[in-house]
Amino acid sequence: MLEARIAARVGPLELRIDLSLDGETVLVAGPNGSGKSTLLRLLLGVLRPEAGRIALDGAVLFDAETGIDVPVEERELAYVPQDYALFPHMDVLGNATFGLAPLDRRERVRRATAWLERLGAGDLVHRSPSALSGGERQRVALARALARTPRALLLDEPFASLDPIARRQLRASLTGWLREWRLPALIVSHDPADAMLADRIAVLERGRVVQQGTLEELRRAPGSDFVAGLIEAAPVPAGAD
Amino acid sequence: MRSGRPSAWGAAQLVASAALVAFLLLPVAALVLTLPWADFVGGLRHPLLIPALRLSLLTTGTSLALVVVLGSLLAWRVARHPGRASRWLEAITQLPAVIPPAVAGVGLLLAFGRRGLLGSWLAAHGIAIAFTTPAVVMAEAFVSAPFFVQAGIAAFRRVDENLLVVARTLGASPFRAFLRVGLPLAAPGLVAGAAMSWARSLGEFGATLLFAGNLTGRTQTLPLAVYTAMESDLRAAQALSLVMVAVAFALLFVLRRMAPGAALPGPGVRGA
Repeated sequence: MLEARIAARVGPLELRIDLSLDGETVLVAGPNGSGKSTLLRLLLGVLRPEAGRIALDGAVLFDAETGIDVPVEERELAYVPQDYALFPHMDVLGNATFGLAPLDRRERVRRATAWLERLGAGDLVHRSPSALSGGERQRVALARALARTPRALLLDEPFASLDPIARRQLRASLTGWLREWRLPALIVSHDPADAMLADRIAVLERGRVVQQGTLEELRRAPGSDFVAGLIEAAPVPAGAD
Repeated sequence: MRSGRPSAWGAAQLVASAALVAFLLLPVAALVLTLPWADFVGGLRHPLLIPALRLSLLTTGTSLALVVVLGSLLAWRVARHPGRASRWLEAITQLPAVIPPAVAGVGLLLAFGRRGLLGSWLAAHGIAIAFTTPAVVMAEAFVSAPFFVQAGIAAFRRVDENLLVVARTLGASPFRAFLRVGLPLAAPGLVAGAAMSWARSLGEFGATLLFAGNLTGRTQTLPLAVYTAMESDLRAAQALSLVMVAVAFALLFVLRRMAPGAALPGPGVRGA
């Protein structure tokens, strides 16, 4: 379970966030400049909140009162940014094994290859990231992040760099994977179509979570113009009226 | 629209380019063309050559190693932590590039000479630097560091921050992220900076002469040997100069092979 109750000021933006994920997928939606990516950086430990507390499965990652601030590399949070950030000087296998440094080489390769195969990228191991399509890059970035068996997954605009066909395919794949893994996942997106990925949607406006709930709950009582617009553009789930 | 007739603007570019290239090439051509082969071979046997060549390679190699190790860490710090302190650090490290070498020599003497700011304390503890081989290394490092640091800062700034953040989330400490991601991605820029820095220290003359002197085998580097030979034998000075040019080209060639993407001087630099 990932819990964050934090306050931070980053440039002109003032964030006050109260959010928790328990084995579910939460979509953080919001207009540009609402603080979505900043929220991810605060959770990851790249930025430091001014006040509050972040905990993951009961372990405190950050606590302004006690001064606890676990470094990024020890937080066990997987992160896939919008551009996937594959290391361009390593091949796919080099990327996928990067996070498995403490293991011996044979075990690193075995585990990385298993994840690449699971995500349908098993035939790409010796390819350079520059030779991959957007969809392949995303699969490799996910395999690299998940090979470390993280406690939660943070995705920043996971489909923004893809063409419409790859976007539809990967959104469907990711929906299936997230259901299968039951890994707490926080997905930041401004695309209403990504609402189908999530168990719950948290709407962020000007640094604050202004409304959260299931797509259906938001549909019944949209709390702001942005939410109303989001709901209108979101796909109607199967079985709904 | 393009026409077949060259415009006055196009002609001006061609004339200016031809004039500047001729001016830059002529001294190098003169070095090669005006020296008969026998005189060149004779010059190679000049007693100053071997000690000066050996000293130049030793001191420039040492100063380059110092500049690369310290300069890489400083450049990383400046590039990854923007702010007022970094701007000051960057400005201070560029100072030696605008100080005339002779002034640098006087400054080094006043800082590290026997009566210098730090030198007097060192002398009291039995350490003398001025007019020794370490003084040559210091003079070379002083004048050449800005070239490497500036290239290093630019190269490290070009490394996408997301890659470093992802490396950290994959368990890499800040040092491992630097070593495995930052350093390899900045390598072409760092090699180019190292080449420029090394070329500058190989040609260093004024600061070395004032701070380290001109003692054969101890502080007489190749440029100082050329200067000394000039006083008695122009042909020998010319042969020594050609050796210097050959050493510089050989090193640039090796560096280009090491980092094919680096924007080093010489043919083959694309998009520079």
